[in-house]
Amino acid sequence: MTVTQGVFYLMAAFTVGASLLVVLARNIVHCAIALVFAFFGVAALFVLLDAEFLAATQVLLYVGGITILLLFAIMLTSRISARGGKIMNEQVGISAVVALALFGLMAYANLKGFPALVPPMLAASDNTASLGRLLLTTYVLPFEVVSLLLLAAMVGAIVLARREQGKD
Amino acid sequence: MVPLSHYLILSALLFTIGMFGALTRRNAIGVLMALELMFNAVNVSFVAFSRYLPQQMLQGQIFAIFVITVAAAEAAVGLAIVLGLYRNFKTINVDEINLMKW
Repeated sequence: MTVTQGVFYLMAAFTVGASLLVVLARNIVHCAIALVFAFFGVAALFVLLDAEFLAATQVLLYVGGITILLLFAIMLTSRISARGGKIMNEQVGISAVVALALFGLMAYANLKGFPALVPPMLAASDNTASLGRLLLTTYVLPFEVVSLLLLAAMVGAIVLARREQGKD
Repeated sequence: MVPLSHYLILSALLFTIGMFGALTRRNAIGVLMALELMFNAVNVSFVAFSRYLPQQMLQGQIFAIFVITVAAAEAAVGLAIVLGLYRNFKTINVDEINLMKW
């Protein structure tokens, strides 16, 4: 087993464990903390796949942004001290069956459909540079559309979260 | 090297864990967290494909960037909706918010 394989299986187990904790932990704050570790695990996998820019984006945006946003929302809404009570609805059994069946199907299809593909050797080129070049040439239209989407989402979030005038 | 199918199986596992969470969680923020897990699972498979397919093409990574952007927008709007729900219902348990349920 090479070092790459060792790191992959270690990070895979780490990510899966953290995401199980996200789904199963009773305290919602613990879920958010576990989510941070799951995001870090995915960032490590991106590094293994030679996607350094995406790994950095993942850490900046998910770990630094979305998790903090989630934590703020948790602090603003739930009573942290409220213990007990169910965390899951009554669909646990059937959801578990459906999720396991879907995983079984996808794992079977993956093992059948993709024989042990080896990655092509990387030409000694800078992935990040070519990514930026592609974003500003071939994919400039989707890039602009997605920035418009971000603007719309930002305005929408502000409008939704604002207190209405004259209320409370 | 790690074969492509291992990355894809990991991605499938993360996706189904997220799906289980989205289907079973009562807390709306928990549902959003499970959704983020599913986005991440999809990103892993995109990036794995972009690395493993012949010719070094970056389409997978580009798409993953767009997915991350959309996920950020979704988180912002989703959390604003959760705050609005809490203001109106004093709860964010999705099974208690059944105003539009027939």
